[in-house]
Amino acid sequence: MNQHRSKLSHKISRINAILRKEFIQMFRDKMTFAMMLAIPLMQLMLFGFAINTDPKHLPTAIYSEDNSPLVRSIIRGFKVSDYYDVKLQANNPEENTELLATGQVAFSVHFPAGFSEQLIKGFRPQLLIEADASDPSASSNAIGRVHDIINQALRHDLKGPLANLKAKPGPVDVIIHPKYNPEGKAQYNIVPGLLGVILTMTLVMITSMAMTRESETGTLENLLAMPAKPFEVMLGKILPYVVIGGVQTCVVLLAAHYIFAVPFAGDLTDLMAGVMLFIITNLALGFTFSTLARTQMQAMQLTFFFFLPSMLLSGFMFPFRGMPNWAQAIGEVLPLTHFLRIIRGIMLKGTQLLDHQQDLLALLAFTLIIGLIAIKRYKQTLD
Amino acid sequence: MSFPSTSPSNNHDELAIDVKGLVKAFDGKAVVNGIDIQMPKGQVWGFLGPNGSGKTTTIRMICGLLKPTAGQGTCLGYDIITESSQIKLATGYMTQKFSFWGDLSIRENLEFVGRLYNQPQLKKLVDETLESLGLEHRQKQLAGALSGGWKQRLALAAVTMHQPQLLLLDEPTAGVDPQARRDFWDQIHRFSEQGMTVLVSTHYMDEAERCDQIVYLAHGNLITQGHVQDVIQESGLQTFKGTGKGVRHLSNWLKQQPGVEHVAYFGNALHVSGTDIQALHHTIKNCQQRPENQDIQWQQVEPSLEDTFIALMAQSGEDQRKHA
Ligand SMILES: Nc1ncnc2c1ncn2[C@@H]1O[C@H](COP(=O)(O)OP(=O)(O)OP(=O)(O)O)[C@@H](O)[C@H]1O
Ligand SMILES: [Mg+2]
Repeated sequence: MNQHRSKLSHKISRINAILRKEFIQMFRDKMTFAMMLAIPLMQLMLFGFAINTDPKHLPTAIYSEDNSPLVRSIIRGFKVSDYYDVKLQANNPEENTELLATGQVAFSVHFPAGFSEQLIKGFRPQLLIEADASDPSASSNAIGRVHDIINQALRHDLKGPLANLKAKPGPVDVIIHPKYNPEGKAQYNIVPGLLGVILTMTLVMITSMAMTRESETGTLENLLAMPAKPFEVMLGKILPYVVIGGVQTCVVLLAAHYIFAVPFAGDLTDLMAGVMLFIITNLALGFTFSTLARTQMQAMQLTFFFFLPSMLLSGFMFPFRGMPNWAQAIGEVLPLTHFLRIIRGIMLKGTQLLDHQQDLLALLAFTLIIGLIAIKRYKQTLD
Repeated sequence: MSFPSTSPSNNHDELAIDVKGLVKAFDGKAVVNGIDIQMPKGQVWGFLGPNGSGKTTTIRMICGLLKPTAGQGTCLGYDIITESSQIKLATGYMTQKFSFWGDLSIRENLEFVGRLYNQPQLKKLVDETLESLGLEHRQKQLAGALSGGWKQRLALAAVTMHQPQLLLLDEPTAGVDPQARRDFWDQIHRFSEQGMTVLVSTHYMDEAERCDQIVYLAHGNLITQGHVQDVIQESGLQTFKGTGKGVRHLSNWLKQQPGVEHVAYFGNALHVSGTDIQALHHTIKNCQQRPENQDIQWQQVEPSLEDTFIALMAQSGEDQRKHA
């Protein structure tokens, strides 16, 4: 077709025209622009609490069958520590467990009968702590502190002949029962994964409006009447958001490092190259949605239709290998799945970009196919 | 009814628009129904017809924005179906509804258009355009904040910035004040003198009279075309003008009389028109003989374009507006 004959410089001029227009419109729409930056921050904060490494003042219940001064000292020790907030005294062991199960407390502590007596005799009595580990990161630090807290509490009581009890392994045998999620999850998985989720959500959403907004505001007729080719419009509309995606990535990586102290094992250039590919994939997908949808509302719905499986089946929420085969098959088609492998590899395991050839190929193929669909679907007429 | 074109030449190179049998159907219903237009270069043509008659649809097919259901043709020598990108480069199309970007400033809109058409010396061009519009001091204002009339002026300036060979203007003066409307037309004629071909759709009769030719559509059919005078004459319409006390009360009665095809108020006067001159004469005489109509004077006048159109609309069947 003749269309392909137009000169490269003209092409660039037209892409430049659209690109500038999109930039201006982006900055002028302060609300959307702010959201593009606020969403990563908000999500980081929301998910960030799950990896807050030092949660304090966790509600605690105590059931004690021994009411000696030593036990009271230990309880006082729990109280003055920042980690345990002794709220309730249970009347029986069942009640103690019940409080934990219903989530009223995060820990339930059980002093068995004869606790002090055994302690003084140096028999190292058992102190049973049941912990709600359904959120493992929430309880781990408090658990780690328990020995210090007990030693500190008994510091004044264990004097004279009892002083030798302070020596290792300590006066009390602390037994911890983590409940509801005994293994705990690798918490550092969350922040890199979150970067993928944020990029998927915001970038697909914003570009899915690209053409539908033009048609809803009536400017599409004008745009189509002027000499811009589908590919030029697509590039012009996508490129400004590559910059936005880059900014979002920086925000998340800085937060990962300075706020959440996520270790960074790999190479930053490798990471950025992987991120760029993923950003372009998402933008191309969003643009394709905008050629399929007739209204901005439909574009939004398509975005969420895509976003939900991305969130659930990519390995972000649940371990990928734990999913049934059909779910893994769906997951393999989602760009986020491949991106998660790449970014977790580079950030946490220190792999190189080229170690992830299969995932890179998958992302490339996805981008190409989706881009072709966009060009095919892009209507050059108002029909 | 159809009239031979008065175009000066049959040479295809001389035709800016040359389309035959254009049909456009939406959901199986034809809204443009086989339209032929042969428009010579360098002229200014008016595109008229009631709401929903298919003017906008036809213009869109000519500039490649809609694919015709049937028919074919060229615009500036390029095929309207296969070569729309060349057509777009050489035409300026001003849409009926304002379709520039409301969240871009006036200047940014012009710059955008200039870049899309790959204009050299963009800054100079935009500066000049702003100056000719008289909008230099408001160039930073958002286009969406302009008043209706100013939006139209901005749109006209923007679609002509790349010096197109053909201008397609869809109701450019809708909502524009009388002075600005006059300026608009002076501008259109200046473009025409520079060699641009201009097709303007309008509902204003005075604008139709400023055109070299008019094309009149109804129900998606081309009803008539030609110079205004010819269209009036060839319609065969006769018009009587009645003036004097009580003439306005006669309208309903007159409409029932033989030979009267339509009756319209023109200020204090009443225009009574029909194609059957005998019957019309008879009716007017009848009217004069009634004692209560003593004070009314009748005289035959040249029918106005509006009379002609109302008659044409009546002849072409049911008014499209009912289901448009
Ligand atoms: N996209 C569309 N889908 C369905 N019907 C359409 C579409 N566009 C136009 N029509 C119909 O085609 C007919 C002609 O519309 P068009 O806009 O061409 O009329 P017009 O002569 O420009 O009218 P106006 O003077 O009101 O601008 C109308 O009945 C309209 O409802
Ligand atoms: Mg119209």
